[in-house]
Amino acid sequence: MTDVVSPVSGIPKAKSGRRDIGIKRRYAAERRFRTYGIAALSFGIIFLMILLWSVVSKGYTAFQQTMITIPVEFSEQVIDPQNERATNPQKLLTANYPVVARNSLAKALGVSVDDRVKIRAVGQLLSDGVRTQLRDMVVANPAIIGTTQNITLLAAGDIDSAFKGQINLSVAEENRKVSDLQVTWMNQLAETGVLAKHFNTGIFVNGASSRPEAAGVGVALIGSFYMMMIVLVLSLPIGVAASIYLEEFAPKNKFTDLIEVNINNLAAVPSIVYGLLGLAVFVNFMGLPRSASLVGGLVLTLMTLPTIIIATRAALKAVPPSIRAAALGLGASKMQTIFHHVLPLAMPGILTGTIIGLAHALGETAPLLLIGMVAFVANYPTTPLDPSTALPVQIYMWANEAERAFVERTSGAIIILLLFLIVMNVGAILLRRRFERRW
Amino acid sequence: MSTSLILLIVAMVGLAGYVIGARRSLAVGGGLSSKLHSRPGYYGSFVAVWAIVPAVFVLFIWLVASPTYISSSIRGAFPDEVKAQSEAEQGLAFGMITSIARGMNVLSLEEIDRVGSNPVDLRSALGAKGVPLAGDPQPYMVEAAGNLNTMTYASRLAMTAAVLAISGLGAAFAYRQIAPRFRARNRVEKVILVSLVVASSIAILTTVGIVLSMLTEATRFFTHVPAWEFFFGTVWDPRFAAAGSGGSEGQFGLIPLLLGTLYIGFVAMLFAVPIGLFSAIYMAEYASPKVRSVAKPLLEVLAGIPTIVYGFFALTTVGPFLRDLSSQLNGLVTGDYSNFIQAQSVLTAGFVMGIMLIPYVSSLSDDIITAVPRALRDGSLGLGATRSETIKRVILPAALPGIVGALLMTASRAVGETMIVVLAAGVAARIQLNPFEPMTTVTVKIVNQLTGDLEFTSPQTLVAFALGITLFAITLCLNIYALYIVRKYREQYE
Repeated sequence: MTDVVSPVSGIPKAKSGRRDIGIKRRYAAERRFRTYGIAALSFGIIFLMILLWSVVSKGYTAFQQTMITIPVEFSEQVIDPQNERATNPQKLLTANYPVVARNSLAKALGVSVDDRVKIRAVGQLLSDGVRTQLRDMVVANPAIIGTTQNITLLAAGDIDSAFKGQINLSVAEENRKVSDLQVTWMNQLAETGVLAKHFNTGIFVNGASSRPEAAGVGVALIGSFYMMMIVLVLSLPIGVAASIYLEEFAPKNKFTDLIEVNINNLAAVPSIVYGLLGLAVFVNFMGLPRSASLVGGLVLTLMTLPTIIIATRAALKAVPPSIRAAALGLGASKMQTIFHHVLPLAMPGILTGTIIGLAHALGETAPLLLIGMVAFVANYPTTPLDPSTALPVQIYMWANEAERAFVERTSGAIIILLLFLIVMNVGAILLRRRFERRW
Repeated sequence: MSTSLILLIVAMVGLAGYVIGARRSLAVGGGLSSKLHSRPGYYGSFVAVWAIVPAVFVLFIWLVASPTYISSSIRGAFPDEVKAQSEAEQGLAFGMITSIARGMNVLSLEEIDRVGSNPVDLRSALGAKGVPLAGDPQPYMVEAAGNLNTMTYASRLAMTAAVLAISGLGAAFAYRQIAPRFRARNRVEKVILVSLVVASSIAILTTVGIVLSMLTEATRFFTHVPAWEFFFGTVWDPRFAAAGSGGSEGQFGLIPLLLGTLYIGFVAMLFAVPIGLFSAIYMAEYASPKVRSVAKPLLEVLAGIPTIVYGFFALTTVGPFLRDLSSQLNGLVTGDYSNFIQAQSVLTAGFVMGIMLIPYVSSLSDDIITAVPRALRDGSLGLGATRSETIKRVILPAALPGIVGALLMTASRAVGETMIVVLAAGVAARIQLNPFEPMTTVTVKIVNQLTGDLEFTSPQTLVAFALGITLFAITLCLNIYALYIVRKYREQYE
């Protein structure tokens, strides 16, 4: 600061009897400085708002899905023209179900089945997912063939986007994915209530899919759940045990000093380095399967341990020495003092730290990419050894997809992830409020 | 018996040992626990520890050692002409044998008889059972597979017997020790103490694991590419290695990646440091407790948001915004509506990373500023300085070492940050200074080299470990230096 005049040197002589010590200028500088502070603080908070708003505004529509409810005629002519399903059950699996749905929709729209060009456009209104949907229905109950059922079908991803108003319809027709005719049909169906938005359960239960309308985070949620369980089961006992030793038993020597410096450094090691460690040690050296949530859980455990140890040590430190002295004075051994008295009192702090560590692990992506969790997994993993993905990794994979509808899915998945994090953090705060004791 | 079943049985023995041990102690004490040295539960735990710990230890050793022993003895029995082949060929042969062995367990006895050792029949029979073979098995392989199965079976049987026997013997031994004057509590507490020490040394093991694993893989990389070419090379062009080609020639220059990392980190710090520092100063010195109690958690929310979310934000919001802004500006000035900021650029990645780093800077500096003693503040204000003068002339100089430490820690976060740069910085490795162009970082290249199909012998994948150890070394140095500064500073007031 060069504009602040030091009171000793360079004081101009005042003309009106009072010395001008630059009070105006100094107060102006004061106000400016204060404004900088407010500006900086508001900048940070405004960007938090923009970030959240951009995610929510892009993503909230992902929780609704455009569906088409029509009477579907399970025509025997299309499914099984030669009537060989009794002898060849394979026939029901390979039948052309999209045509079944397409013809029914054409009927609802009043389009002739023989109009090749139009009927193709009609088919494009429906998601390819109707194939498995109808197939599963027929295989479960072959008697359905020949009847007509009212069924809710998934609309195609592009129609979904168009119906939600995410496709700019003022662009020339050949430059967008939905034709004018399809938009007309869409509006026609919407007016009669055949085509409508429903709550999207698919995003919570479906696995990976190359079609945005059928893609969901089901597998990723299970993978993340396994990993969180592994992290919790391993890192909580190990972290607490390590902290108890360091805080209560460790003599002050070179070895414990080394452990302490180590833990502080491990807390600051970039997460991707843990991924390299997991790849080299767990996958390469120990031969555990790639893409398995077990490996992911182990890597995240190592990553979370320092956080838990630091939190636990702080919680143990906060228990006043008088508690220890009283227990020891009544004849308890040191071990009994710690496990019967100090640890229960420190438990709220330890759990708070653990939850925060878990929340951190839940959002971690980079190490999981390296151990091969970037995988297209459509089936639910039944054990932690099966290939799976994790919620943040699913977000990463969707973020790399080009289609517009995937942006919506990605934001939707982020909202789910953030909701989990909010629940965990609020839980931690409540726990702290509820059980925190001031000594 | 499967391993989990053995573990379950051992656990049951332990549990039973606990109950019996506790009862026995009361019995020898004549029903009065006051006659005993320790409380009955400690006698029970003592028995349980003896029943479980040695048995599990033996089980673990056996599980690690037996596959190695079996494979070496099978390989030792290879015919001489196979032994003369290269290591890789022998590895393939051994892989075949394990597949056959696995398949023979699936086949029923008469099927094995029918197939005999006819290689073609065996292959098709195994294929039908869902065990595909890479080639036609040779007779010696079938024989070896039989041996393998026998040995594995024998080893399992022996392991089960040994582990269960040790568990029972341990429990019995501990049970016989129980006496009123026996110091069960001290023994049990010693075991607990040992397990505490083991838990705390996991931290050391992790560090050792990181350093060792990365050093060995990096050394393997340096046998393909000389170290000086890696550390001082200015071209990054790893060329994709076709599987089995033995690593085509690529250039692995670290310099462009390192420059990209430092440049993006620098841009990020350019945003994060002033904003974070001013926020911290405002919250520590000006804000009312009410404002502080709202603003501080809000800023910390920024630290809780996963970095993948920042990456997505940069990719879909900030990048396109900057690109469109630049094309509008360009259009207004020159009439040519082409963008001069790329959607993926140093600026995009740096800016978003800067936002992510704000809470680190602000909360670390906040702690340090509030730790400056009250007396310094009062002295300066009492002499007539305004608040801002006090901050600039007194508090900041006093807090400077701590703040520098905090900034170094933040910088190490910036260097190690991955997801934002993967999505927002681009993949082109080049040396240039325009912040509006894409550059790439060390972390991006680690991710790029290790996603997809892996072959652990090619320099294309091994280079990731060399990059990793470089990253580890940089962040470690930054952190140790930061800790050193912070510790030194702390001593001034205490």
